[in-house]
Amino acid sequence: MLSATVQEQINRELKKYPADQKQSAVMSALRFVQDEKGWISTDDMGDIASYLGMPGIAVMEVATFYHMYNLKPMGKHTITVCTNLSCTLCGAEDTVAYLSSKLGIGMGEVTADGKYGLREGECMGACKDAPLFTINNRKLCGRLTHEKIDQILAELDKS
Amino acid sequence: MINIEIDGKLVETERGSTVMDAAHKAGVYIPHFCYHKKLSIAANCRMCLVEVEKAPKPLPACATPAADGMKVHTHSEMAVKAQKGVMEFLLINHPLDCPICDQGGECQLQDLAMGYGGGASRYEEEKRMVSPKEIGELISTMEMSRCIQCTRCVRFGQEIAGQMELGMANRSEHAEIMSFVNSAVDSELSGNMIDLCPVGALTSKPFRYTARSWELSRRRSVSPHDGLGSNLAVHVKDNRVCRVVPVENEAINECWISDKDRFSYEGLNSPERLTRPMIRQDNKWIEVEWAAALEYVANGLRQIKDSAGADHIAALATPHSTLEELYLLQKLMRGMGSDNVDFRLRQSDFNLATKGAPWLGMPIAELNSCDRFLIVGSFLRKDQPLIAQRIRMAVKAGAKANVLHAADDDLLMPVANKAIVQPSKMADMLAQILKALVMRKEAVVPSELQQVEISDVAQAIAASLSSGERAAVLLGNLAQQHPQATLLASLSNQIAELCGAKFGFLGEAANSVGGHMARAIPESGMNAMQMLEKPRKAYLLLNVEPELDMHDPNLAMSAMKQADMVVAMSAYKHHASEYADVMLPIAPFTETSGTFVNNEGTVQGFKGAVKPLGDARPAWKVLRVLGNMLDIPGFDYDNSEAIRDEVLGFACKLDNRTEGVVLNLNGAGGSALERVTDVPIYFSDALVRRAEALQKTGDAATPTARMHGAELQRLGLKPGDVVRVVQGSASAKLSVKRDDRLPSGVVRIAAAHAATAGLGAMFGEIEITTGDSTKLPENASRVAGQTVERA
Repeated sequence: MLSATVQEQINRELKKYPADQKQSAVMSALRFVQDEKGWISTDDMGDIASYLGMPGIAVMEVATFYHMYNLKPMGKHTITVCTNLSCTLCGAEDTVAYLSSKLGIGMGEVTADGKYGLREGECMGACKDAPLFTINNRKLCGRLTHEKIDQILAELDKS
Repeated sequence: MINIEIDGKLVETERGSTVMDAAHKAGVYIPHFCYHKKLSIAANCRMCLVEVEKAPKPLPACATPAADGMKVHTHSEMAVKAQKGVMEFLLINHPLDCPICDQGGECQLQDLAMGYGGGASRYEEEKRMVSPKEIGELISTMEMSRCIQCTRCVRFGQEIAGQMELGMANRSEHAEIMSFVNSAVDSELSGNMIDLCPVGALTSKPFRYTARSWELSRRRSVSPHDGLGSNLAVHVKDNRVCRVVPVENEAINECWISDKDRFSYEGLNSPERLTRPMIRQDNKWIEVEWAAALEYVANGLRQIKDSAGADHIAALATPHSTLEELYLLQKLMRGMGSDNVDFRLRQSDFNLATKGAPWLGMPIAELNSCDRFLIVGSFLRKDQPLIAQRIRMAVKAGAKANVLHAADDDLLMPVANKAIVQPSKMADMLAQILKALVMRKEAVVPSELQQVEISDVAQAIAASLSSGERAAVLLGNLAQQHPQATLLASLSNQIAELCGAKFGFLGEAANSVGGHMARAIPESGMNAMQMLEKPRKAYLLLNVEPELDMHDPNLAMSAMKQADMVVAMSAYKHHASEYADVMLPIAPFTETSGTFVNNEGTVQGFKGAVKPLGDARPAWKVLRVLGNMLDIPGFDYDNSEAIRDEVLGFACKLDNRTEGVVLNLNGAGGSALERVTDVPIYFSDALVRRAEALQKTGDAATPTARMHGAELQRLGLKPGDVVRVVQGSASAKLSVKRDDRLPSGVVRIAAAHAATAGLGAMFGEIEITTGDSTKLPENASRVAGQTVERA
């Protein structure tokens, strides 16, 4: 079952679209669920499908197509490192290696305490700040150095 | 119209059509995978790239609109280079398993790789693997690595079947076709995805590895199941039917067939097939020669005729029998002096006198162009899958569908208005719609309708129907099986006349129209119901399994058990072994020549595809010999065509106009709890009941007693409870299921299954008792009394 909050959020979204095209709200609905739970299970997809009156597989198509939807638990802080061309030229490989060694996890993995998850990302459209990563798809951290990463992780540790 | 030049040929094509359409017109073949004329354009395989003059790069023919003066080259250097390039990409991940692939020999990719593929691949890295998915009993996805992501199967689900069951998850090289969390594909049209798949990714589970396509000989045939008469190709190896695929006929089945038509062939090779004539002697069944069996039958019939009178002989046939079989059966009966012959086994009201054979009222293809529908009493999707598909297409093009039914089954299309009522209230609802229409026309309301009060939904349906230009009013199986079928038909007919609509019957079976043409109905004798209510001494059963094929199985079985002689002509050993005296093995549709007349009145003949199994013989030959033995004149046919020509010489015309029906709306009665009966798609006839794979699908689940949640609450039941449902003296133990798509006051119980074969009529009052009590409710005798009165 979708929580009351998520239902409320979806209802607000639905007002933007014609009544017979409820499936237009599917991307937002997936985002609401992810914001609430941190990831989207197939049960959630089924719930969204019945809420929006669309086939379950159609929700799954959307959820699996877009990279920013987490289809498994990805930790409290999901760090998504851009590994596209600009970032790679500016040292993204080093960023990944450093994060990996600090957190003790590889790409697509979550720390044992469930605090951090590490993902590979695609271009965030902010190449001037390369190399960069995002935290939970919200906060962009650029011009990364080992010191800066230490600082960001120290802050996250506190939260 | 615009002019376009393709490979130097000038073609005239419609504005808005594509280069691919124009190429078809010009007779030029453009290689393609994802393009299909019945599906939307995806343009994702890129195989149909062609060179268009003045365009800087190759364009996909399937998605490029034809423009006036356009010059297209499909085989120029540029086009072929592009096509070869695409083919190289497609083959990168495609496994080289053609030698063991089921699709080998009939594979579009294989064929086109011959023309456009390289001799060797430049790709040396690892190919991608896609894990198999579990999507049900009919379609195998064991080799999903073969998929080239054309998405034909996905589009078929969305657009034709009306339910999206397969989709493409993930992206780019990770993209995979799958169902939602491995759920089974249970569309009644799903098998068409196997035909649509241009590679061997979706293959037929029952057919897999049984034959190679080049070993099969192809024989044309006609579907023996629903009233559509789908054109089939029966594929045969070593005198055994290995599979069935559609033959394209735009006017009837287009390029589709239902899963019932496609997979029922498994029943042909069932171990239950009856292969030798058998006679019961001292309660033991012994195999005998045909001559002895027929001699026995002829003597038995002669004796009963002499002792009790010919009137004590009755004949019942299923509407799945051929025109020739039905004709000879009635000729035999009438030759012996009995008029008790009928094929309308699931009907209960026989008063309807249409002027000719009841039919669809229009060509099947015309359904697509209708703009308003009123569908009365039909489990449309399951009873007539491809007619449902045509109506779905019409609705997609803007038509409005209105439904009057006793169950709100999902038609997988938008329904404008629906009236879901108890069966006994259906006539009243039709009367309301009729009255609303009369009042809209400002005509005089006939006296019978004075008392009728118009509900909002009736008003809405009337408004919807009268706003159209090409409306159709269609009577489904339930309406025809209804105890007030005459009234329903007559009201529907009047509604159709008032809004200038076509009025049609959706025939239940392959020969529902043909049976009328063959005169396999009584003129003065007893109809299918009367023959059971006043038990006869002898019954001739043609394809009939009384406990599954009749309106009232309980009544049917008691009549069979009381009879002195029952002759079961059947392709199967069935329950007849308990009550029959003779079992004659007759040939199913693939083993005999014959004719079916479909819903729209098209006469479609077919030849036998294989030799009859064992000693089975075509029923028309059996009946001919019986006719000779009984010295009935006019039984000297050399072939089935001679019989068909004789039938068609005098066959009645198709005419749905009803004669002299008195509108009596008071007889409705009704009770607190009524039975609603569907004949599930895979229980409908003897052949499909024995098709193994279909019997494992969701549609073939054991029947339950389905009720609305409120009804369950009222009765103090919960889903999963086991109850005894009682109809008069008949009863059955069933588990309870909640179904909020039913109206209150009904219990929906499927017929034609062993679990419900002990029950009574398909309609009427029904009781639910809990516990093991076999005590009958107080009003049991009253209900039984009503059954007799109805005759």
